[in-house]
Amino acid sequence: MTLQEPTPDGRFGEFGGRFVPETLIPAVLELEEAFREAWADPTFRGELDALLADYAGRPSPMTECHNLSEELGCRLLLKREDLNHTGSHKINNVLGQALLAQRMGKTRLLAETGAGQHGVASATAAALLGMECCVYMGEVDVRRQELNVFRMRLLGAEVRTAMSGSRTLKDAVNEAMRDWVATVTESHYCLGSVMGPHPYPWMVRTFHEVLGREAREQSEALLGGPPDVVVACVGGGSNAIGIFSGFADAATDLVGVEPAGGAAVGRGVPGVVHGMDSYLMQDEFGQVLEAESISAGLDYPGVGPEHSHLAAIGRARYEAVTDDEVVEAFQMLSRAEGIIPALEPAHALAWVSRERASLAGKAVVVNLSGRGDKDVAQMMEILV
Amino acid sequence: MTAAAGAEGIVVDPTRVIGPVEAALRARRDGGGKCLVVYVTGGLGADWLETARAVAAAGADVIEIGVPFSDPVMDGPTIQAANDVALDGGATPLGILDALREGDVGVPLAVMTYYNIAYRMGLERFAESLMAAGVSGCILPDLPLEEAGPWLDVAAVAGVEPILLAAPTAPEERLPRICERSRGFVYGVGLLGVTGVRSELAASAVEIATRLKQVTDLPVLVGVGIGTPEQAVEASWYGDGVVVGSAIVQRMVDRAGPEGVAELVAEFRVALDA
Repeated sequence: MTLQEPTPDGRFGEFGGRFVPETLIPAVLELEEAFREAWADPTFRGELDALLADYAGRPSPMTECHNLSEELGCRLLLKREDLNHTGSHKINNVLGQALLAQRMGKTRLLAETGAGQHGVASATAAALLGMECCVYMGEVDVRRQELNVFRMRLLGAEVRTAMSGSRTLKDAVNEAMRDWVATVTESHYCLGSVMGPHPYPWMVRTFHEVLGREAREQSEALLGGPPDVVVACVGGGSNAIGIFSGFADAATDLVGVEPAGGAAVGRGVPGVVHGMDSYLMQDEFGQVLEAESISAGLDYPGVGPEHSHLAAIGRARYEAVTDDEVVEAFQMLSRAEGIIPALEPAHALAWVSRERASLAGKAVVVNLSGRGDKDVAQMMEILV
Repeated sequence: MTAAAGAEGIVVDPTRVIGPVEAALRARRDGGGKCLVVYVTGGLGADWLETARAVAAAGADVIEIGVPFSDPVMDGPTIQAANDVALDGGATPLGILDALREGDVGVPLAVMTYYNIAYRMGLERFAESLMAAGVSGCILPDLPLEEAGPWLDVAAVAGVEPILLAAPTAPEERLPRICERSRGFVYGVGLLGVTGVRSELAASAVEIATRLKQVTDLPVLVGVGIGTPEQAVEASWYGDGVVVGSAIVQRMVDRAGPEGVAELVAEFRVALDA
């Protein structure tokens, strides 16, 4: 199979939909139409491709980890999204959405951020295209990702602290949606993952498919074919869906790795929040539970609806790793390969490390979705 | 009771069943008055039910009982804060409905909550629980027309009045479709934004009320951003009445007690009756 376009009502199997207040319905319908029209327009595609190449630095390389492969007993390759401008895969989606927003006549980009990577990418695109940018970030994350907060402000964005609920990514999304309800005429909500109401899960995936296509070609060149296993971390799930899209039609195992404290697929039941019907960590009454993860970027109780669908049909599987395993993996890659990963993709590496026995002799591609600079201060507190 | 003939040019289905919320609001309108729907956060403090009774006695035609949800994206700071206090105090959807079943509030009731509360309980069970508790209306602000089908079908079978919202951003063709599926009343969203008190009435409140009156015979109430009796009166010139939420809930949060809350409700009632 290849990853499909959702149904006209925005479903991937049973999941997805457009569960937003009436106020926002015209905006999501208009966005879908604008995206379809832009994606079919060679001028738009050309502009985006040029920005991805000349500004963001695509294609990103694929690196074979000789040292770590020997230690783990498998053939480990990394898709180097950490080498993109702004330090993660997030820029692929943001450049696409910012160009689209401009084309739609919007003057203001609105974003939520957890670890700050999507916020930094949004602030960057806004600076480049001369747009206003407002980023919502939970108070807890503002504290643990101080550096990214400063970066966003340096880039000219306004960072607003979300003080409600768990004060992490979930609440940043709530605040961004409340802002959007009030400013929908001039603002485009630049959602940072494959979540939210239709068309976001599909549109954001489409903007990230570039990394999956590259990874497929690079696998052909380096391995002579697709790898046995593709592994990626999953919070909302955008980097994972991006790389899965390149291998969905191959006989490759697709593995999404969630934090143990935020395992929506692993521990969730279907629920509706943030505009979508998807697996959700919630209590017996339907109150959304607070996720708890060392990584601000994965600290989210929900997951993108297409991941719920891929799990339900058995095309991808979803595993969980603990914070301790992540800290181990963070150091492992740094020492063995001279690459400091972000805490988010360290989840994927932690799973590979734990499963080394069952992965013996296999070719494994991990999407290294971001670099670890932003996490160094936090890790220093833990490790030193 | 079935619907009476509508205003000129508005098609009314004569077989449509009218529930308690709609009946109460029509009675007020037919008597030449303006409708007042008041929002009370369920489970907020030990005296929330007593507060609801006092609000009814002070002149509310219908009371909206807010069932707290962890992620209320249509609500501003006041109702969010009230939600959090109620949830921290152990409020649950079933606990609130049980309390309502035990104690007669005195006017028709609607709940306002978010779709996941109903979805998690199961739509049939949710509808039955409402009816068993004597709650006939239901407002789910994150359930737009596109996604409302399954709930509207279940509500119709159970006899629940699903109250739909109509936003200022809705294009012309959308309003009649919303009004056709809405029961009880149609909830005109007064402004682009979330619930909360504003310093003045938004022009969009007048606009949405006027647009809705042109396409429906249902009671047209404007809510979101109606914080003072003066704003309520102004919005009611164009529609059939108002929904008042945050201003009331602020009093509950400030622990004004049932009498303190009722005092404010009475001010709205007096202003609307003047």
